[in-house]
Amino acid sequence: MTKETLVPVLGVVTDVRVDTPDVKTFRVNALEGGKCFEHKPGQCAMLSIPGVGEAMFSITSSPTNKEFMEFSIKKCGCLTEWLHRMEVGQQITVRGPYGNAFPVDTDLKGQSLLFVAGGIGLAPLRSVINYVRDNRADYGKVAIVYGSRSKDDLVDYPEIVNEWCQEAGIDVYLTIDAAQEGWDGHVGFVPNYVGELGFNPDTYGRALVCGPPIMIKFTLQALEKLGFGHTQVYTTMELRMKCGVGKCGRCNIGHKYVCKDGPVFRYDELGELPDEY
Amino acid sequence: MMRKFAAAKVEDIIKSIPMPVYAPIEENGLVQYDRYEEGAKLNLDTCKTEKSPKDVLFPQWEDMMHFRVEGKNISLTEQERCSQDYVLFGARACDLKAFEVLDRVFLVDPVDTYYAARRAHGITVAIACGQPEDTCFCGVFGIDPANPTADVVLWKAGEEYYAEAQTKRGEELMANWETEEANAADVEPVKAEITKKLAEKPFANLSLKGLDGDHMMEMFGSDKWKKLSMACLGCGSCTFVCPTCQCYDIRDYDSGKDIQRYRCWDSCMYSDFTLMAHGTNRPTQVERYRQRFMHKLCYYPANNEGLYSCVGCGRCVRKCPMNLNIVKVIKALGEENK
Repeated sequence: MTKETLVPVLGVVTDVRVDTPDVKTFRVNALEGGKCFEHKPGQCAMLSIPGVGEAMFSITSSPTNKEFMEFSIKKCGCLTEWLHRMEVGQQITVRGPYGNAFPVDTDLKGQSLLFVAGGIGLAPLRSVINYVRDNRADYGKVAIVYGSRSKDDLVDYPEIVNEWCQEAGIDVYLTIDAAQEGWDGHVGFVPNYVGELGFNPDTYGRALVCGPPIMIKFTLQALEKLGFGHTQVYTTMELRMKCGVGKCGRCNIGHKYVCKDGPVFRYDELGELPDEY
Repeated sequence: MMRKFAAAKVEDIIKSIPMPVYAPIEENGLVQYDRYEEGAKLNLDTCKTEKSPKDVLFPQWEDMMHFRVEGKNISLTEQERCSQDYVLFGARACDLKAFEVLDRVFLVDPVDTYYAARRAHGITVAIACGQPEDTCFCGVFGIDPANPTADVVLWKAGEEYYAEAQTKRGEELMANWETEEANAADVEPVKAEITKKLAEKPFANLSLKGLDGDHMMEMFGSDKWKKLSMACLGCGSCTFVCPTCQCYDIRDYDSGKDIQRYRCWDSCMYSDFTLMAHGTNRPTQVERYRQRFMHKLCYYPANNEGLYSCVGCGRCVRKCPMNLNIVKVIKALGEENK
């Protein structure tokens, strides 16, 4: 972890990949090379451009990647607009890692895993997926349901098609919201697709969900219908943050701070908190 | 060991302290904690300063670091942490209890080093509250204004201050003061008088029953929030005068020469407090108002073994332009859960 709370270290952008019309993935290294710090799958980091702002982003690369960290960032506000203008060689400030993580070495270990992602919601789950791929013997089957507005909005499409889809023991189900020329795959919303695919909660012991709030809400309902218990489902949250360490006081849901006690919550834990997210 | 000195000599004692002293200073009719300087109008008799002494540990505005940006390169210089001892003189029991509330935020892992340095270098001299005000209700939260927790405690009896060191640091500070021996028993009537006065105040018998971390869903789901918050303007005065409110913002200021990253107080009462690119999870003043009181009376106690993050100082009672306050919330919600 960066030594001082609130005081960042410097990082440098070493690669920029254009994923979709509004998502880019940035590779970040420490100035002296290597990673700025180690992290666990699902944890986040504060990135900033001095003079523009600072915000929390999930670390989309897996901790098993020893060379660099990656951040998939959607252009949707003042800071992210600026980040999208970055070129290779641009220095940024980085601090973290923050938050808990998906319990990859405890509750998820030995289980078959169902990943459900919508849009940029793939970013935090990609860290887990690649962690599982790199520790394949520790987990059972893997199913990934991923959907976006259109074919062009699927983040990490080349990695999904060229790597995930080619691997034995991983089933990938892609869907887009509306039919489109050049797309012969599934069309429809993610929660409905999850229902149609009819995943068995006895086969897939744990489900990990991330996406826009509305997609998470309906996916949880779909999983419930399929018989998934609340303790079998994990999701990861996002609220406005400034400090990242549970002190600035704005990302709380009830008495839990998303930055410190989250961002990963088990569905039953979320059920015990006020509905204010 | 109890000592005493003439009340008229208090300013001489403050002047003799060989380090910065923060004390209640009167200016333009307002009494505020500020750095004492020769000629300043000391006011130790006012029970409630306008703002609390929170600024001494956690300033309203604080320089944290500076960046220089040249092309694609960035350099970073951290601001020095507090490294000089100082004295906070004249603080009251409620405000000092509030420091404990803040400690449980800033000193828990990962420690906020800006706050920690100030906290470590501060020596506290408290004054027992001879004249509690009608808005005071510290006793409701188990605070005894007759017996503050500090390095040195002062009690005013007639034209004399009785002084007793409670810590080694307090003893060291007092060693340089011109005082005479005193009988501790002489202070007991002063303490008894304070206890009696506080018990007669209008909010002395507020009940906190049903307001705690165990009643989260009932409190959050109450239908009374809407009515309670209806008049709230979202001005944030309550959060700024509150000794325990610790929410902050981090912002950058481009001076042209370099970029300064500073921290400043923020308020959960403001509409942009939780605003993100896609919207906010607290869209109206009802949610914001509820958040503030849920934090004081439920979320904070849930995380801190039942300790409330209100010390009953009553500043929000006095300052709210719409006459809303935590007392009304306690009365409305407490009864409901009985």
